[in-house]
Parts: sequence; structure tokens; C-alpha cells
Amino acid sequence: MVKKTYEEINEKIKRGTAVVVTAEEVIDIAAAEGIKKAAEKIDVVTTGTFGIMCSSGAFLNFWHTKPKMKMAHVWLNDVAAYGGIAAVDAYIGAAEVIEGDPCNNNHPGHFRYGGGHVIEDLIAGKEIRLRADAYGTDCYPLRKLEKTITINDLRDAFMFNPRNSYQNYNVGVNCSDKTVYTYMGILKPHCANAHYSSSGQLSPLINDPYYRTIGIGTRIFLGGGEGYVAWPGTQHAPNDPRSENGVPLGGAGTLAVIGDMKQMNSRYVRGVSITGYGVSLMVGIGVPIPILDEEILEFTTIKDQDIFAPICDYGILYPAGEKCDIGSVSYAELKTGEIEFQGKKIRTAPLSSYTMAQEIAGSLKGWINQGKFLLGQPSQLLPTDEKRGQL
Amino acid sequence: MAYITKSVFLRFSPEVVDTPIVYCLAHDFQLIPNIIKADINPQKQGYIVMTLSGDEDDYCRGIDYLKEKGLEVEALVDRISWDEKTCTQCGACTAVCPSRALTIKRPQMSVEFDGSKCIVCNMCIQACPVGAVKLDI
Ligand code: SF4
Ligand code: SF4
Repeated sequence: MVKKTYEEINEKIKRGTAVVVTAEEVIDIAAAEGIKKAAEKIDVVTTGTFGIMCSSGAFLNFWHTKPKMKMAHVWLNDVAAYGGIAAVDAYIGAAEVIEGDPCNNNHPGHFRYGGGHVIEDLIAGKEIRLRADAYGTDCYPLRKLEKTITINDLRDAFMFNPRNSYQNYNVGVNCSDKTVYTYMGILKPHCANAHYSSSGQLSPLINDPYYRTIGIGTRIFLGGGEGYVAWPGTQHAPNDPRSENGVPLGGAGTLAVIGDMKQMNSRYVRGVSITGYGVSLMVGIGVPIPILDEEILEFTTIKDQDIFAPICDYGILYPAGEKCDIGSVSYAELKTGEIEFQGKKIRTAPLSSYTMAQEIAGSLKGWINQGKFLLGQPSQLLPTDEKRGQL
Repeated sequence: MAYITKSVFLRFSPEVVDTPIVYCLAHDFQLIPNIIKADINPQKQGYIVMTLSGDEDDYCRGIDYLKEKGLEVEALVDRISWDEKTCTQCGACTAVCPSRALTIKRPQMSVEFDGSKCIVCNMCIQACPVGAVKLDI
């Protein structure tokens, strides 16, 4: 029986002797050497994902003004941030559309700029126009503020994303007879194309399906900097049905993550405009999985051909709130660019970038190999059981 | 009958400014016009960039009609540019690109653009979330 502790692995990382491989590389190593030998040899498996994650945003603190101000409404490049927290704090959400955008009045709308773009621009060090108003109090008299800032002028800027890194995700198709513009991209009528959004065998929670190593305090790659798992993500649903290998057949687990934006790199945090849908943020996340025993190693050897995603109809059933699951397909099939569905061949495309996921898993491996990144032992693992409800 | 989408650049003089050409293209030639860019100056000279979708024969007859009316007509080619640096390699444009000008190279899963296959249908512009594909006018 292989048994390792976080302390032992971190000691090896500090000495530069830890063996770190990506979730792709581990597949061949385990096939060649067997699970036991691979678990003895490998200390950490790194994962990665890079895709649109709408439930993202950032807490910002602007430093106190002179005279002081309790900002009530805050805008960054004309995108509203939430000012209903203490004096000079605000939260900017990735999905907030710029003021005055025609949205879907002229369907499908373009949604050229929004919260996700503000976050990318901040991280890229660009100048941002800050506007705020207030009703004024005896202790905070200032009522209006307008100035140009960059991230360096902020006292604090940390990303806090309530729901990222879905364990698995739907494949979108459109069974209706008109094109639909969805968060799963442009879906042509009569199921003419299918879009999927997961890095499959590289995806963080797919590689640790029962969250044996991932929980509050797990140190991660977040947007090019060091971040942490803060909490189970909103809609974390570990009770979703699973296949025999433990991999969920639907969304299942999610992560709430947090990290210092001043460390991040805009290559891994991109504002996006989704035609007909809105604005959002592409986020790069990599989670290291410590190989504490053979079972954990075995889970990381999961391959695209053994991960199945539900095919969902975004034309009629999903928008109606009905059960929308009308089929199932593996990531290996999806990645060929064509699947057979309802008796015909249809083209597939990913919405999440596999090459970026590889790059993230590779960067995280590099950081650990250089001794720059130590594993964070979670103080509490993600829940594996939870009740679900519907409004 | 081949269904096509082509982009055209039209320049018009003050004499034709009052001719309802877009209406005629749709009504008389069953073409679907989609105006991408247009401008008219105070001297009533101007231009329109638009795509026309429809049957190939109708398209040719429509273009002849425009020329007869005295408009300068230029078919636009190779106007889509793909900025590899901006591209996130997500792949979202690849299943909607009808001519397979934007494709995924397998097994690497990297995205590639072959301008010679592009029919300038603009689907990728709508599909790309980061503006990595642009219409060069
Ligand atoms: S405009 Fe875009 S989608 Fe249309 S053919 Fe060219 S590359 Fe493909
Ligand atoms: S949709 Fe845009 S970002 Fe994604 S692969 Fe195509 S060009 Fe690149």
C-alpha cells in the first residue's frame, strides 16, 4: 500500500525531488508501469481547464478618498459594480453588461463590453475610468468621484468566483427549427451542430471525482497566479448520477475560488462577448492532485473515452426548464469533430480550450518542479453528499 | 442551384441615392441583404458593404442590375482576418464555419485558419467570444 502525506510531498517539492506529471502524462505512465508503481513514483498530478465561467467576479478596494466617501453606486468603464458593501469596496461581476448596451433589442446582441472585460483590462494593467456616487454622511461627506485608475492604484483586488470549474458539463444541441444564440454558442436548428465545454481528461474535478484531495484551502493555479479553493461552488451537486468509474454523468461538482488579481496574467483571464447571450469571463484554473495513495492515482488515469457528457437540447427543453438530457456521448468522440446523433453525423466544437488547459497543467507542473508552489492541505474537503432543490 | 453568400462593396453617386436598391435586391431577386457598414456624405455620395445570400443565378442578375443602375460594384474577397495572438484556441467558431476555413488540428486540438477556403459568411465573427476574427474593410 502506498501512503504519502501532504507534508512528505511538500518536503520533496522543497528539495526539488518531487515527481510531477500532468493528467495527460499520467495515463501512459500508469499504463506502462502499473498503478502501484506509478503511485509510488508520482507525487503530484496537475490538471487544467480554460473556459467561460460566468459565475465570476472581483472584490476591489479603491483606498479612502479625501474627503472620505461611502460609495453607493460604482462604475468601471461604465460597467456597474455592486457598491452595497463598505465605503470604498465594490464587487464587479463578470456578467454585468456595460450601461446603455442595446442587449438583445436587436437580436442577437453583440455585447461588446462588460464586467469580464473590465476584469481582463485591470489584470492587463490598462487604465480604467472609475465613477462613483454617494448620498453623503457626516463621516463620509464626498458625493461624487471620477478618476482614472489602474490595478496598481487599488488597495486590494481579488477575484472571487462563486462557481467555476464544473466537474463535467452538458453538450449543447438545438432540436428546434431556428438558430439559437446561447451560452453554449450558436446552435443551428435540427441538431446541426453540437458544442461541448470541458477539458475532459485534463479537467480538475474529473481527476478527483470524489474530492478526496480537493477542498477549502487547496492551493491552485488561478488566472496565472496562485489562488485557493474557497468553498464548494454554488450548485455543487455531488449526488448527480455517476458512471462506474466514479465520473459524474452531468455537471456535479463545482468550485468557488479566490485569488489575488495583482499576481494574475490576462492571458489566462479573458473577457468574452457571447452573441445573443451576454458578457462573461474565460478563466484558467489548474488544480494539483497529491498522490496520497493508489486509488487517487488510479482516478487521475481517467481517459476521454471513459468520460461521458449528457447531450442537452438548448432549443426547446433547456429554456423551458424541462429535463433536457436527450443522449450521451464521450469526450473522445466529441474531440474527433463529428458525432453520430439521432441517426445523422453532426459537427462538434469545443467552447473550452484544450491547448490552454494543457498549457495551464504544464505551467503548474513547472511551478511545482521549481519549488515555487507548495500543496495546500484542505481544512475541509468538498462535500460528497448534498440535497438538491428547485425553486 | 447553388446557394451562396457573398460580400459586396457598393459605391453610389447622388443620382442613385433615391433608388431603393436593397428592397429591389430582396424583392426582385430573392436575395437576403445584410448591411455590414454604410455611409453617406453631405454630397449624397456614399457606400454600402453588405452580404447577399441567395441562389447563385439570382446573385449574378442582382449584381448586373446594380451595375445597370450605375453603382460601382466590387466583390469583396479574403476579408476575414484571424489574429492568432488574440485567439484563445477555444474552438467555438469551428462547427459553425460552413467552409471549414477555421478548423481544429487533431490530435493537438489547436485552431487553424485557411483564408483560401473562407467564403466570408461572417458566422465566425458572431461565434468568436474574444473578437479574434475580424472583417477587414
Ligand atoms: S467567414 Fe468565418 S465562418 Fe464564414 S467561411 Fe470564413 S472563416 Fe468560416
Ligand atoms: S472562436 Fe475565436 S477564440 Fe475561439 S478558436 Fe475561434 S477564433 Fe479562436
